[in-house]
Amino acid sequence: MRSIIELRNITKVFGEGRSRTVAVDDFSLAIDAESPPIKALVGESGSGKTTIALLMLGFITPTTGEMLYKGRNFQRLSRRERRMFRREVQAIFQDPFGVYNPFYKVDHVLDVVIAKLHLASSRAKYQALKEEALRGVGLRPEETLGRYPHQLSGGQRQRITVARALLMRPKFIIADEPVSMVDASLRATILESLTKLNRELHIPILYITHDLTTAYHVCDDITILYQGSMVESGDVEQVIKDPKHPYTQLLVGSIPWPDPSRRWGEGQVAVVDRESTGADNQCKFAPRCPFVMPICREGRPPLFQVDNGHAVACYLYEDKPVVEGGKIGPC
Amino acid sequence: MNRRILAAMRYTRRNPALAVGIGLLLAVVLFWGIGSIFVPFSRTSALSVPASRVPSWEFPLGTDRQGRDLLAVMIAGTSLTLRIGLIAGFIGMFIGTILGFVSAYYRGAVDTIIRGSVDVLLTVPSLLVMILVAVALKGGLTVEGMALVVSILAWVWPTRTIRAQVLTMRESGYIRVAQLSGMSSPEIIVKEMMPNLLPYLGASLVNAVAAAILASIGLEALGLGPMESPTLGMTIYWVLHYSALLHGMWWWWAPPIIIIVTVFVGLFLFSSGLDELANPRVRRAA
Amino acid sequence: MNTQLLKLQELRVFYHSDEGAVKAVDGVTLSLAKGERLGLVGESGCGKSTVAMAIMGLIKPPGRIEGGRILLGEVDLTKLSEGEMRRVRLNQVSLIPQGAMNSLNPVSQVKNQIIDGMRAHNQHISKRELRSRVYEVLESVGLRRDVARMYPHELSGGMKQRVCVAIAISLHPQVIIADEPSSALDVVVQREVMETIGQLQQELGASVILAGHDMGLMAQFVNRLAVLYAGKLVEISPVKDLFAKPLHPYTQLLLASLPGLGERGVFRGIPGLTPSLVDVPPGCLFYPRCPRAMDICSQEVPALREEDGRQVACHLYDSEVLT
Repeated sequence: MRSIIELRNITKVFGEGRSRTVAVDDFSLAIDAESPPIKALVGESGSGKTTIALLMLGFITPTTGEMLYKGRNFQRLSRRERRMFRREVQAIFQDPFGVYNPFYKVDHVLDVVIAKLHLASSRAKYQALKEEALRGVGLRPEETLGRYPHQLSGGQRQRITVARALLMRPKFIIADEPVSMVDASLRATILESLTKLNRELHIPILYITHDLTTAYHVCDDITILYQGSMVESGDVEQVIKDPKHPYTQLLVGSIPWPDPSRRWGEGQVAVVDRESTGADNQCKFAPRCPFVMPICREGRPPLFQVDNGHAVACYLYEDKPVVEGGKIGPC
Repeated sequence: MNRRILAAMRYTRRNPALAVGIGLLLAVVLFWGIGSIFVPFSRTSALSVPASRVPSWEFPLGTDRQGRDLLAVMIAGTSLTLRIGLIAGFIGMFIGTILGFVSAYYRGAVDTIIRGSVDVLLTVPSLLVMILVAVALKGGLTVEGMALVVSILAWVWPTRTIRAQVLTMRESGYIRVAQLSGMSSPEIIVKEMMPNLLPYLGASLVNAVAAAILASIGLEALGLGPMESPTLGMTIYWVLHYSALLHGMWWWWAPPIIIIVTVFVGLFLFSSGLDELANPRVRRAA
Repeated sequence: MNTQLLKLQELRVFYHSDEGAVKAVDGVTLSLAKGERLGLVGESGCGKSTVAMAIMGLIKPPGRIEGGRILLGEVDLTKLSEGEMRRVRLNQVSLIPQGAMNSLNPVSQVKNQIIDGMRAHNQHISKRELRSRVYEVLESVGLRRDVARMYPHELSGGMKQRVCVAIAISLHPQVIIADEPSSALDVVVQREVMETIGQLQQELGASVILAGHDMGLMAQFVNRLAVLYAGKLVEISPVKDLFAKPLHPYTQLLLASLPGLGERGVFRGIPGLTPSLVDVPPGCLFYPRCPRAMDICSQEVPALREEDGRQVACHLYDSEVLT
């Protein structure tokens, strides 16, 4: 199972001294290219998910650990391989407005790609390619081409970014909160586009979000992030229906269901002091955990394999086998 | 075309500063333009006309103690002073823009050097530096030379402000997308960043020009300018030299002041107007 | 009804731009009872924030209240001068704004920001009294006393939002308007903040208007829900009824588009776009996207009709008998 991108024990630290923040802490993840899944990376703001996205896109470098692109260390890629990486790894960002240069019409983002990759040899082909790209994401060219970003809705703008990413013929797409700034009624079409391109074009997608419900609908497996570390990972049905880690349970319990008869989860929600993050030598969730035990304050819990493909970093499961080298069992 | 003119006119109602500013500057330019057709340049030389004349039909602005037709001097002086300001302003902006972009986009050692130099040079009193240079070059300073002296430090402030703008822009989504699409750094600077900075660069340029004009007038009034040229600042110098105020020669000291004030108010209003144009949040309600 | 604390009657708020008047709120009529939690839900551009701002008297040019009345008790808030409105703000009607990060003064300690509001309404309050009120109000939102001496940047997003809640309740207002109070917060903190607001509301006997776009949050928090579309009210119902049996096609489609934990992989968006609020077409504004549109829908604007304690503006219910 060759992975297109693999993060091995990545740690990213920002700042020094008093302002030192560990954004990502000993994190490992592999994106499989052969039976490409849609993987969800779920965490609240400040959990490190955007940092992981930037790392995978090569915009920032890890402090320790390595990132592999098609099995080769990213830092040691040749220029040609770098250029291939740039083309094959694409992204869709959260803000459907900020990704457009307000000076240009929306066509610009597509024009740049077509020009850079020499995808069209004549004006006619150029135009046809743009129109086809838009139709592929469910947009009508006559309603969208030639307009400025502020003249289109958030949903339309976001779909054009998907079209742009597709024009690059990517091998991997990172979608960082692609629908959180889009109206509810327009979200469905964008999510549908993403699922379609995974199933039809076999492109693996990393769907980064804080919203468990959309993750549940779109993804095959899910990884929960807390303060830069993986706390739980596995098949999305298992993790959501039967969450093992106390943090995951807290997350699932805090989802506001659109159903008045199904109240927010029972269970004490401790009012939290955010500043007291777990010190370096204990489980990061210990200060907030309703099930905290003495062992939790003695060291970081490793990942335990609780089920097929389902792993949890919590001492509640210390009777289970430890996951070696970040390789969670049969996926 | 018609629709555009109407839209522009409607906009001036909302942005009177821009309209008035442009109007004032246009008036000054017209003064020079029309004037230079009718009044020969030769009259700006000393002893070309009878001295110390009160304004009359023959000499609408009178003459000075050295026998210069003051109308001719004002017309010529306006053009010369503006020219100094424009040359110095442009040089300053050009250098400042390049340094600012390079510094902010590439970061690292380059940024540290440029930023460090800017921070240090900003604390240096620029007038003092210019005085020293002018004194060293005394005698033989032409109008163009004047412009170069003034532009020595004209790039410092633009570098700083443009660097700040580019730093902010650099983190925006569309720059990331441009990188993902495979654009190279110079391409990104020119195609993605520049166009958005244009209104801001315009306003900065106007400020740089205004500062340059002020500096040049200051140096000239101190007697450190091109002595042979009838710039506005030199006129002020002669006014002080010959105590025109005490002698009641109002036709000598009033016109340059009026023109200078008009130019500065015009530049200021124009700059405010540009700021409003560039920054939609400042825009006032209809 | 005597228990109607706040009544909006045919409220119209337009924004005047170069292209014409943007009809952000066009004839909204609703009422808020004492102790009630009313939700104002809709997508971007529906006018919910504008309604919240109008009630607070915070509509600034180029926006203007073009018509209608906002009755707080017997007083029409639209007719008040700025000075009179200032006395109403915080004291009787207060706002918990969207984006707490931006609402707090970064160079002022928390306690001073709470005190500012209290002092503005009562010049003669003693220092000791102020201090005890500050502690009291911080405790009621679940914050420690030493937060009073902190600066906003030392607090997390959730804590900042709770400070905003504290400021909003400091003078025990009758109406608390929360405009997307938790949109910048993650789901765990959101729940904490909303539960805090709910608790306080009950203790104070106040009424809450919650404006937002998250139907899930509405389901968990409000008693009655008003759905806005393109500046008009399309449906108001007790929340259980609305979710069990939505009447207006827009509400039905909106609920259908929400991913629940039901079937995976099924996506149901609403095709089309919201209409322009400048060149408003005749008839019902939802007509172009409505799966049950009829001819009359493109000609006549449907009026808000009452049915079983619920109100809906849709021609499908024209022939219903009033109960």
